[in-house]
Amino acid sequence: MTDIAPTSGLSAASQTLLRHYRSQVLTRRVYSIIGVVLVLVALGAAMNYANAANSGKFFDRIPYMFDFLKNFVPEDPFEIVRAMFDIESPYYDGSLKFDYTSDRVYVTESLYIPNFIYQLIVTVNIAIVSTIIGGGLAFILCFFAATNLVGAGPLRFVVRRIMEIMRAFPEIVIAGLLTAVLSIGPIAAIAAISFHTIGALGKLFFEVVENADMKPEEGLRSVGATWLERVRFGIVPQVMPNFVSYALLRTEINVRASTIIGAVGGGGIGEVFRLSIGRDHAAKTYAIVILLLITIVCIDQFSGWLRYKLVGKQSFELGRGAA
Amino acid sequence: MSTISLSERHRLEKKYPDVFRPNLLQRWGLLIGLGAALLYLTFCWFFFSVGPALQNGKWDRAAIYVQDWYSWRAQPRLRFEGGAVVPQWSSRGQYADGATIDWLTPHADGSMTATFGNEADRLEIATTAVDVYVDGVVWPIAITANAALAPAGAPPAIEQDGAKVLVDYGFAGQAEIRNNQVVVQRRFLGWANFLYDPASPLWGNDLLSSIGLAFSGDRVDPARANAHLILDEWLGNRAWQHADILAKLMQTLVMAFVGTLLATLVAFPLAFIAARSITPNRTANWMMKRSFDFLRSIDMLIWALFFTRGFGPGPIPGIAAIFFTDTGALGKVYAEALENVDDKQREGIQSVGASPAAVNRFGVVPQVLPVFVSQSLYFWESNTRSATVIGAVGAGGIGLKLLEAMGTNSDWDKVAYMVLLILGVVFLFDNLSNAIRSRLIGPAAH
Repeated sequence: MTDIAPTSGLSAASQTLLRHYRSQVLTRRVYSIIGVVLVLVALGAAMNYANAANSGKFFDRIPYMFDFLKNFVPEDPFEIVRAMFDIESPYYDGSLKFDYTSDRVYVTESLYIPNFIYQLIVTVNIAIVSTIIGGGLAFILCFFAATNLVGAGPLRFVVRRIMEIMRAFPEIVIAGLLTAVLSIGPIAAIAAISFHTIGALGKLFFEVVENADMKPEEGLRSVGATWLERVRFGIVPQVMPNFVSYALLRTEINVRASTIIGAVGGGGIGEVFRLSIGRDHAAKTYAIVILLLITIVCIDQFSGWLRYKLVGKQSFELGRGAA
Repeated sequence: MSTISLSERHRLEKKYPDVFRPNLLQRWGLLIGLGAALLYLTFCWFFFSVGPALQNGKWDRAAIYVQDWYSWRAQPRLRFEGGAVVPQWSSRGQYADGATIDWLTPHADGSMTATFGNEADRLEIATTAVDVYVDGVVWPIAITANAALAPAGAPPAIEQDGAKVLVDYGFAGQAEIRNNQVVVQRRFLGWANFLYDPASPLWGNDLLSSIGLAFSGDRVDPARANAHLILDEWLGNRAWQHADILAKLMQTLVMAFVGTLLATLVAFPLAFIAARSITPNRTANWMMKRSFDFLRSIDMLIWALFFTRGFGPGPIPGIAAIFFTDTGALGKVYAEALENVDDKQREGIQSVGASPAAVNRFGVVPQVLPVFVSQSLYFWESNTRSATVIGAVGAGGIGLKLLEAMGTNSDWDKVAYMVLLILGVVFLFDNLSNAIRSRLIGPAAH
């Protein structure tokens, strides 16, 4: 790009300008190259460190990478379906691997819910309950964190810091503490995910509140409405569609989170999944993976459709800490 | 609001009917939603049987666990051996051999005194009888061949539990008196032995004296400089395992950094194939987008478990899990950004006869680069958090360490230490990524 214009035939002032432009382009390029080199060096060093810290070295293990999948084949493809719907297996030999029927959850004498589907319902319910609890508390808190509603005060500072800590606090610690007290079960997962949700949604919520149009609030203020009335009738109706959209997005994320927390002791499908993969039960594992995939895709699609209805395209712009 | 006259009110109602008579949903929507949520929560209360679970919870244990976060328990067993009381310490070396302990004093006749906070609360332990002092009043506990018996009329702090007697001094500690030993738990605020463990030559030094030692004084160990020795002894602390915890934290950070960076590098060229406006081939677009969906929809947890089986626990499975999910997520976001670019700049470059590569390099990349970088930084930030969690399912890093510490049910102080480290690191990286983002795209854009 630097040789677009020939320097001859330019006035002295223009030549100075051009020289200046070129030197700036050069500086910028040098900085960019230094930046890229620094990042690459850091990447190389980090990969080297990771390789040294790992229990199996990367290049040694590459040929064996798919061994796990190779050894991890169910007896026949229908075994996956049987595991999924708790149908008796012809391979049943009394071992845990094929005991699909023992975990059925009976609704009536003969009607039952297959175990994995029941666990999936538990996991999805954990996610929804945590979103409702966390979202509800975030809804209350967010109005105290917004500059336009409480001004620049210590209250706002405290609320924001509390939200930050809740966001960054490792979920598995809360789950672990409650599991030690209440024994394994969904309550630990609900508490852990709700805690995180308050922090994550609280931040998104108060940013929406800060961007709200203050004219309705002013109108209410002019007729002497109290702070509560101004928030209820001036702010809440404006921000509600965005709030609901963010809460739906959070539900999606929480379904994944409740699966992970389940795997470290919070019950639900995560627990069953960890056990089946740990015991090398191929058919069960594949059944769970397929069920998880279907659920996550369904919830993504449904909540995407609902969000599109509520706030339109803008809710699909990722970022702003939504993840 | 009540000062409007009735006629004025009628006039306003006539003029703005839709304001005063909103439809059902507008009027009661919030309440209906609230009611539905409450109904659902009640259903879940029974579905998850929360009530019984809360009742059966061991809440007294919870109190102890939480106290363990910020305080430290010394728990010797005082055994009755051959007419003398002999202290026996737990494996997590709590005092150096032969150290004088100000709250546990042995006497010449083989008995021992354990004080709990002040002189009024103490145990006088002899092999034949234990005198319990609560608020200065003495309550003798009789030791028989097969039981320890509390006296009649003892205060609620002293409790007979089968063949043993429990003494509770609140936060200061508790004791369990049996016929052959006294198990004492003495609690202190703060993290004991955080700097050096009792086996270290520097045990007993606090932070200030350590700093003083580093800059002056004779060498404690003639082979090494004091500063070197202090660092070695701190990192090698056997009770707190600083070196191990810091290495695991480093692994978590490396997982997030390398995973996100590799995902960025791979998603960048692939997004050009997935974007309809850049690559005219519909089949290629479709294939690429579906591959992104596939990578994204398999959860990070499942990728992590799969790679852990391949490479063993450590940061590599974590990196791979983050890399796979984020390639899908970033690829999708990048492709969408590419489809939204302004076509005028591309046309401009095309009009001077540039090659397709040059069109993309000068017509597209400058427009989308800030968006790309800021998205990657967002993912980096959030991956620093997720790396802790996937660590717990086997992918190395501090998550695994946290789970181990919680599993022992006695290392809650270590859990608190790791939580503080994680919080510090997450805040640091939040601010770092914010700073880079605002440099790149200006403070107004986010």
